[in-house]
Amino acid sequence: MNTSVATHDAEALVPVHVTVNGAPYGASVPARRLLSDFLRHDLRLTGTHVGCEHGVCGACTILLDGEPVRSCLMFAVQAVGHEVTTVEGCGTIESMGPVQQAFTECHGLQCGFCTPGFITTITAFLKENPAPTQDEAREAISGNLCRCTGYQNIVKSVLRAAEIAGEQAGKTR
Amino acid sequence: MKPAPFVHHAPRTLDEAVAVLAEVGHDGKVLAGGQSLIPMLSMRLAAPAHLVDINGVAGLDSLTVDGGYVRVGATVRHRGVERSEEGYAVLPLLRQALLNVAHPAIRNRGTTVGSIAHADAAGEMPSIAVLTDAVIEVRGPQGSREIAAGEFFTGPLETELAADELVTAVRFGRFAPGTRTGFVESARRSGDYAMAGVGVALTAAEGTVTAARASFVSVTDVPDVLDLTPVLAGASAGDIASRSDDLVTAVREHVAPEGDIHATADYRRMLAAELTRRLVAEVMSR
Repeated sequence: MNTSVATHDAEALVPVHVTVNGAPYGASVPARRLLSDFLRHDLRLTGTHVGCEHGVCGACTILLDGEPVRSCLMFAVQAVGHEVTTVEGCGTIESMGPVQQAFTECHGLQCGFCTPGFITTITAFLKENPAPTQDEAREAISGNLCRCTGYQNIVKSVLRAAEIAGEQAGKTR
Repeated sequence: MKPAPFVHHAPRTLDEAVAVLAEVGHDGKVLAGGQSLIPMLSMRLAAPAHLVDINGVAGLDSLTVDGGYVRVGATVRHRGVERSEEGYAVLPLLRQALLNVAHPAIRNRGTTVGSIAHADAAGEMPSIAVLTDAVIEVRGPQGSREIAAGEFFTGPLETELAADELVTAVRFGRFAPGTRTGFVESARRSGDYAMAGVGVALTAAEGTVTAARASFVSVTDVPDVLDLTPVLAGASAGDIASRSDDLVTAVREHVAPEGDIHATADYRRMLAAELTRRLVAEVMSR
């Protein structure tokens, strides 16, 4: 038996088990599988979108243990033992989350390609800052690119989502 | 836009990590936050056969205030340093600079130590390392050694680190009592690489400057400290403006920017000097 690490097979499949949106998932993938591709291709969770693949556009942003990160700048093997939340975990068509509802009310999307990254980013941001100013809202989305809207309605959506989340919190109190 | 195949090593201890690195040598690369490395892999600018993922290595994930230093372990995220109240209390410059590093989603994953090991001339934290006289703690097959930040950087993306060594922590030096710091940069878009950036540390006694230093981002090949004490010594908040011409000249002579599609070399030189002038005035007025 050769124990040298240098002779390991680079394309060997590695079992990856992660929790996504509260449910257990698993697949065997090569170590070079990006988390973004793992979610879309292996787990068939196609809500996460892949834009630039080098961390600039923000479309693939997911929540890792509740904090926004770029899923294209992580390998799937690195997500083992962590909780992943994708846009699918931010609400459903029947029961939208506050950020999704705000985007529909404020026309915060046009083509929708960038939207999953905005939804996850803003969901995490509002947990940290439940009542942002317009400037803070603008700063919060500065790491996500949108080529359609000109951002004005996305800023409105952030502020509206904060209101909706506040109203919901009030009702359950 | 997919990385070339590699073997992923996930050592649990520092000794294991060093042993793997020693065996794979130049074929290996340390993976910490990956926010610079993974884009380089995806664009195939780099294709190491082995990645030594240190995220699971025990004992590298803490920030401690240790005597005259703030010691940051190799797997502490930028966000962790930024949010540390303990670190902010004794060295506010860390948070002041980190707020300019990309965006929160990148800072949640990227590590402060990794950005220093990466040694990008457009990176904020290598510049902060030299400004604070940081000490780079290194581990290799021969054991541990320490490198002064001023000696660590040898060129753009190049350091004193050998292929079989890894940085285990960086100790950022605290400033003398009475020192105020600031950091500012100018980028085309919020969170982009800066066209120019500057950090300053001004030490004052009874309202007048006794020592002053600055370091820069994106306008020098290797981060190094510009001693501004000869220019600013004796100045107070009221008469700092009278030193502006000498300050601007000192900065213009110190920096050596290159031009690119975003800004010419002349513009970057002008920008570095003007940012420094404004930052010094702002820090003095606090």
